[in-house]
Amino acid sequence: MDVFSRDVLVVGGGGAGLRAAIAVAEANPRLSLAVISKVYPMRSHTVSAEGGAAAVIKPEDSFDEHAYDTISGGDWLCDQDAVEAFVKEAPAEMLQLEHWGCPWSRQPDGRIAVRSFGGMKVERTWFAADKIGFHMLHTLFQTSLKYDALQRYDECFVTRLLVDDGRCRGVVAIEVATGRIFAIAAKTVILATGGCGRVFPFTTNGAIKTGDGMALAYRAGAPLKDMEFVQYHPTGLPFTGILITEAARSEGGWLLNKDGYRYLQDYGLGKPEPKPVLRSMELGPRDRLSQAFVKEQEKGRTFEGPYGHYVHLDIRHLGEELIDRKLPFVRELCRKYVNLDPVKEMIPIQPVVHYMMGGIHTDIHGATPLPGLYAAGEVACVSINGANRLGSNSLTECLVFGARAGRAAAGFAAEQKESNPAVFAQASDEQKRLEESLLRKTDGKERIASLREEMQKTMEACAGIYRTGAALQQAAQDLHQLQERFHDLRLEDHSYTFNTELTGALELSFMLDVGEAIVASALARRESRGSHQRTDHPQRDNEKFLAHSLAYRTPEGLPRIDYLPVTITRWPPGQRVYGK
Amino acid sequence: MGSREKLPPTVTLAVTRYRPEEESEPTLQTYEAPYRKDWVVLDALNYIKDKVDGSLSFRWSCRMGVCGSCGMMVNGEPKLTCAAFLSDYLPGPIRVEPLQFFPIVRDLVVDMTDFLHKLKKVKPWVVREEERPLSEGEYRQTPEQLDIYKQFSMCINCMLCYAACPIYGLEPGFVGPAAIALAQRYNLDSRDIGAQERLDILSGKDGIWECTFVGECTKVCPKNVDPAGAIQQYKLTGAAHWFKSVLLPWGRK
Repeated sequence: MDVFSRDVLVVGGGGAGLRAAIAVAEANPRLSLAVISKVYPMRSHTVSAEGGAAAVIKPEDSFDEHAYDTISGGDWLCDQDAVEAFVKEAPAEMLQLEHWGCPWSRQPDGRIAVRSFGGMKVERTWFAADKIGFHMLHTLFQTSLKYDALQRYDECFVTRLLVDDGRCRGVVAIEVATGRIFAIAAKTVILATGGCGRVFPFTTNGAIKTGDGMALAYRAGAPLKDMEFVQYHPTGLPFTGILITEAARSEGGWLLNKDGYRYLQDYGLGKPEPKPVLRSMELGPRDRLSQAFVKEQEKGRTFEGPYGHYVHLDIRHLGEELIDRKLPFVRELCRKYVNLDPVKEMIPIQPVVHYMMGGIHTDIHGATPLPGLYAAGEVACVSINGANRLGSNSLTECLVFGARAGRAAAGFAAEQKESNPAVFAQASDEQKRLEESLLRKTDGKERIASLREEMQKTMEACAGIYRTGAALQQAAQDLHQLQERFHDLRLEDHSYTFNTELTGALELSFMLDVGEAIVASALARRESRGSHQRTDHPQRDNEKFLAHSLAYRTPEGLPRIDYLPVTITRWPPGQRVYGK
Repeated sequence: MGSREKLPPTVTLAVTRYRPEEESEPTLQTYEAPYRKDWVVLDALNYIKDKVDGSLSFRWSCRMGVCGSCGMMVNGEPKLTCAAFLSDYLPGPIRVEPLQFFPIVRDLVVDMTDFLHKLKKVKPWVVREEERPLSEGEYRQTPEQLDIYKQFSMCINCMLCYAACPIYGLEPGFVGPAAIALAQRYNLDSRDIGAQERLDILSGKDGIWECTFVGECTKVCPKNVDPAGAIQQYKLTGAAHWFKSVLLPWGRK
C-alpha cells in the first residue's frame, strides 16, 4: 500500500477546509500540506449557501450586540468565550475574503453593503446578491491555487482515521477514480467535511453531506457534542428541499398561511408591519419559525400538496427590480424548479432539515480531545451556535474557526517528530476490511437504498421539529437493527473504477453512526431548548441541562451520553424575546 | 400542460455504460424509470441506481444547479441533469451520455483534471503589487465596477461549455471557454493588476486565437456566463497588447 506523509492534512475542501489550508500555508510555509476531499473542492456544499455571512461593520453596531443575538438565538447553549472570539474576528475574516476577490455586493460609494437577517438586531450580514456560498467557495478555491505548498487529493474518500498511542496520526483513503487504497501519515489532521443533513429524508443538503467527518472522529474516540440540535430551515421548496434563502424575508418577504394571514404574529414574534422589522416576525429565529409552521398545520391553516403541507412565502410586493438585483437566485430557482415566477406568484414552502448545530467537540482553537485532530465548520461544534444557529453565522464560522484550526494545527505539527510506524499495520487492516467486507463481498441481501430510506424515515419520525421520549426510544432500537442489517449488505459493483456503490455503502455506515448519536443525545436531553423540542418535557431546564451533551462511542458501538457545562462569560441565561 | 393530458407511466433512458476493466469501449444500456412531471433526468438516474442497478456510476450533489457536478450529454446536448426535466424529452427514449470531448473514467463520469490544470495556469486569483493591511478596510468597488466582471464570476465549472466547444473537441490543448472567462473575471476586477501575467497563456498558441467564435459555449451555459463574449472582449485587448509588444517592442506593454 502507498503511504504518503504530510505535516498537516485537511479533510474536506469546502469553506472551512480551504480557509484552514490557506491559514496553514500562511502560518508556516515550511510545512507540507494537503487537502483531501471526496469531491473536487468547488463541488463542496458551501456552494449552496445563499443569504450572507455575518460580521459587525456598521458604526452603530457592536461586538456585544452580535454576541447577544447569537447567544439568545442559541437559547444560551453557546459557549460565550467562543462567541466573543467569533464576533471579534469575524470582520477581519470578511475583509480578508474581500481582499482575495470575493464579489461582495456594494453600496453606491463602493463600500461593503450589508443586509438584515433573522434574529439579528442590526444589519450585519455581508452578501453577494443571494449566492454568497458559491462566491465564497470559488474565491477560496481559486485563491488556494496560488499556494504551491498546498497539494490536493481530489475525489479521494477517507474511510478511517489512524490513531496510535492516544494521538491522531493520519488517514486511510480510497482514490475513487482507481479504487487504489492508500494511507497518509499526518502529524495533524483537520476535519472539515461539513454536516450530515442526508441522515434525514427531506433536506437542503447536497448528496455529499453524509456526516463522514463526524463518524470518523466518533469512531476514533472523539465525542460528538450537542448532536440533538438539528436546524429546520423554515423555507424550503416542497419535494426537492431546495432552499429559498432567508434573505427573501430580510428583504421584506412575508409568510402567509392558507388564509393569506401572516401567522407568525400568533406565536410571540411581534406584530405585522409592512416593512421588515429586525428580530421580529419573519425576521425571527429559524427554530421558532419552523415550530410555528407545525402549530399552523395542527390548526389546519396550511395548504396540503402532493409533498406534504406547505404555506406561502410572498415576495411579490418587493418588485421585479429589487428581486433581480438582490434575490436573482430565488427567482432562478423558482422558475426552474417549481415553474413559477416569484415576481408574480407566491412561493410554496415548508420547513426542511438544513444544518447541524452539533458536531465534533472542539475547543476554541478547533482542537478535539484527541491530540493531533482538529475540526472546523459544520462538522465541528465549538460551540457558537448553541441550540439554534442564526442565519449567516455559519459561513463566518467556517472562516473564523477554519483559520483558527489551521493556525493551531500548524503550531502543533511543527512541534511533532516523524509519525509512528505502528499506524502502517492499522492501515493495512483497514485495506483488508474495505476489500473483504465491501469490494469483494458477493453475498448479502440488503440494498443500500432501502436501508438508507428506512434510516431517513426513522430519523424524521423521531428527531423532527417536535420530539417525544417514546418515539426516540423506538428509533434507537430501529437504528440498531439497521446497523445489524448493514452487515448483510448486497453490493452489485465490484469494480475498482469510480465505484459509487462502495462510497455509498461507506456513507450509509457513517450516517447510521451519526443518526444513533443524534437519537441518543435527543433522548437524554429531557427539556426543550432551541431546536430541540420535547413535547413530553416542554420547558427549558437550566438546572439540569445548561450543558453540552457529549456522545461517546462505546466498544459495543452504542453511544454513551455525558455532559459538559456551558461557558457563561457575561450573559446569564434569560428569556428569548422577539418582536419587541 | 393540461391535467387531462395522458402521461406515460414510465420513460426509457439509454445510458452509457463503460467499465474499463471489463469493456473495451462504451455501450448504451436501456433502463425504464417511472415518469413524474417534476422529475429531472438526475432523479431518473438515481431511481435506476437505487432500485434497478447499483453499479451505475455518475456524479451529483446539490440538485439545485450550483455545484456543477452533474453535467452530462442529454440527447446529444450538454446539460446539468438536475435541471433537465423529463417532461422536456417526451416521449423518449432519453439518451444520457458522459460529457463529450473528455476522457471517460467510467459510465457517466469523465476525467476533468485537464481543466484543473488550465484553471491554475490562468492565475484565477487577485494579483496585486502590495497587500493592503486588513486594518485599512476594504478595497472600494462601486456597483458599476462590480458589474463589469460579475457575470464572469458566475462560472460553476460544470464543463458544459467544454463539451459544447468544437475547438476543444479538435484541439484538447485549447485553454477553453470557462478558464478564459475566469481569467477575464480577474482581469476586469478593479482590485486586480494581473492582466499582464495572464497574457502569455491567453494570447499564446492555445489561447483565445484558437476560438473561431462558434458561440456554443455561451448557448449551453446554465448560469448565463458569456464565455464567447469574454473571448471576443479579450481578443480586442489581447490584439492591442500583441500589436504593442511586436510592432512597438520598445513601448510599454
